[in-house]
Amino acid sequence: MSENKKQQSNNLERRDLLKGLATVPVFGLFLAELWRKISRDAEKKSNILSGLVQDDSAPAIIKGLSDSKHLNIGIIGYGGRGGHLVRGAGFATTGWTDTAAKNARENKLDKQFQTFMDQEDLNCSLVGVCDLFDVRAEQGLDASQNEVRPGGKPKKTATRYRHYKDLLANDDIDAVIIATPDHWHSRITIDAARAGKHVYCEKGLTRTFDETIEVYDVVKETGITFQLGHQNRQVEANEKARQIVQQGLLGKINLVELTTNRNSPWGAWVWGIHPKGNAQTIDWDTFQEPAPNKIPFGEEALKRFFRWRCWFDYGTGLSGDLLSHDFDAVNQIMDLGIPKYSSSTGGIYFYKDGRDVPDVWNATFEYPDKDLTVLYSASLSSNEPRGNRIMGHDATMQMGGQSGGGSVHGFIVTADPYSTQYKDRLEQGIINSKYPIYTYSPGSKQIDGVTSATSKYFANKGLLYTYREGKRVDATHLHIKDWLDSIRSGGQPRCNIEVALHEGVACHMATESYLTGRRIEWDPVNRKLI
Amino acid sequence: MNNLDSSIINNKCQLYGLVTLRVLIGWHFLYEGISKIINPYWSSAAYLLDSKWIFSGLAETIASNPTLLTISDSVNEWGLTLVGISLLLGLFSRYSALVGMGFVMLYYLFAPPLLGLEYSRPGEGSYIIVNKNLIEACALWVLYVFPTGHIIGLDRLLTKLKSN
Repeated sequence: MSENKKQQSNNLERRDLLKGLATVPVFGLFLAELWRKISRDAEKKSNILSGLVQDDSAPAIIKGLSDSKHLNIGIIGYGGRGGHLVRGAGFATTGWTDTAAKNARENKLDKQFQTFMDQEDLNCSLVGVCDLFDVRAEQGLDASQNEVRPGGKPKKTATRYRHYKDLLANDDIDAVIIATPDHWHSRITIDAARAGKHVYCEKGLTRTFDETIEVYDVVKETGITFQLGHQNRQVEANEKARQIVQQGLLGKINLVELTTNRNSPWGAWVWGIHPKGNAQTIDWDTFQEPAPNKIPFGEEALKRFFRWRCWFDYGTGLSGDLLSHDFDAVNQIMDLGIPKYSSSTGGIYFYKDGRDVPDVWNATFEYPDKDLTVLYSASLSSNEPRGNRIMGHDATMQMGGQSGGGSVHGFIVTADPYSTQYKDRLEQGIINSKYPIYTYSPGSKQIDGVTSATSKYFANKGLLYTYREGKRVDATHLHIKDWLDSIRSGGQPRCNIEVALHEGVACHMATESYLTGRRIEWDPVNRKLI
Repeated sequence: MNNLDSSIINNKCQLYGLVTLRVLIGWHFLYEGISKIINPYWSSAAYLLDSKWIFSGLAETIASNPTLLTISDSVNEWGLTLVGISLLLGLFSRYSALVGMGFVMLYYLFAPPLLGLEYSRPGEGSYIIVNKNLIEACALWVLYVFPTGHIIGLDRLLTKLKSN
């Protein structure tokens, strides 16, 4: 090879190397930029959250005590909610399991059936069913016998009782779930407690303020295990929110906004009147016995039986049904207790169907000792998802509802541009008040097949499902489990009578204010409303 | 088609244009892939669940099956990253242009901007039928038929090593 050719070959090799590696510096630049971005994000995150969010892990499933003692339970009031509660205990009607299984086959995203079948077997039997409507009582019996359930064939099946007192007289029954309309809650709870039965009672706690105090006293006196039906107590998002508030991430909180936004007849309690509902199948006289106003059985009575939430004779409308949930959730997060004052206003502005409870209703609760106002605003004629907001001097926590372009299923925390705590970080650009500094999105790697508008409302509020170790669980199931485990261990369930008292009194203060048109004050010494 | 038309090789503007296009698309793929890998909360589920048109059934099947979803997540994360590196460095870039084209065409077909299809995720532009995915797929097609890795890229060294 001549000197010339060798030179040419060397040149070629050099040129090959140069051209072959020409884009490597771009790759280097990419890696350098990536590194800068990752470090910047990490620094931002650590700056934002350092020392603030101490425990970033999801709560694990508490080891159940469900294997220790078999419990016999009874259900009093097997309506829509009663059915759900009993499913939470592991018993669904054949109609429900058939439909849920069919839905799962047809829609792969529908996980209702799987979620039910994956529930822990709570080692209990449904042995007593009491409902004043024959069709529902039969459904309860069917649920107690259905072998399609977590844990397989039920150990025992249920007997039907015409009156709750007969059910309570059965000494084999350890505990009762009360899912009747609110006007029956206090009587049944008190009688059950006196009969030594543990009680799971649906919200709202009672129909009147006096009943709340009475229930509290009897539960304390008898020492039974009492759980109020606020399944939000089991929701992971609320526990995480509590940590954040307790750690002072929001700064001083002076205002909390709670909202209900529904826009469907179902959401306004215009529930279906069962075609088999008549004088023979419904025990109307027993139903209305504790109600202040009584009417004879007829068309109006049928409406009232199936849509009882629309009348103050049987419940407290928005107060006991929906404010109670949101109040309890914020009480869980912030340990509010009972407010000093409450005022409320509203009216029947959309559903002029003969109801006497308001469909637009706003209530305020004052906590002068905490420098805090809690606002509740509800509409049954707009679905605008306002969500709930805990507004601090340093940051706001938005729970549910909409924020920016997307729907918030958990919560987001956004710094306030005039925050004191974050002043430096805001100035340095580490924190941008336009973007959340903390986002909690439950089961973000999971798929939800929740479809109906009302289901979405509940899921947004965190009332339907929660997540344990990334797996979807029905919060109602966890709430029932918490109650049964507490019965076995002698401990206190999460929504025990103490916190139930807070909810009961607060809601009745607001209801009382609406009915009397004046501000209501809580007298903690004499336990009276002034 | 293994070699570029000599007119392009000789026309530096055309050649560098193609190489720049390859490097930019490579960069885009690489960051799309890596950003998904480093985000523990990323999942293809949201995209799949919002799928419309002919592949929506398939998308739903993938999204509702944890195993398939995990596979889909990994394929996206690592597929995009590898295609990105390959295009950026010009290593096997002809094949990766084809694979990359497959990826973006799938993204296009799972959620095409056709009239009457409404998506819940916010769009970042205004499109009818043609969107950036479709354009990127076409750009990758161009890169496939006008490969440049063997001129500027590691493929050149590979070819050289082979010939030696």
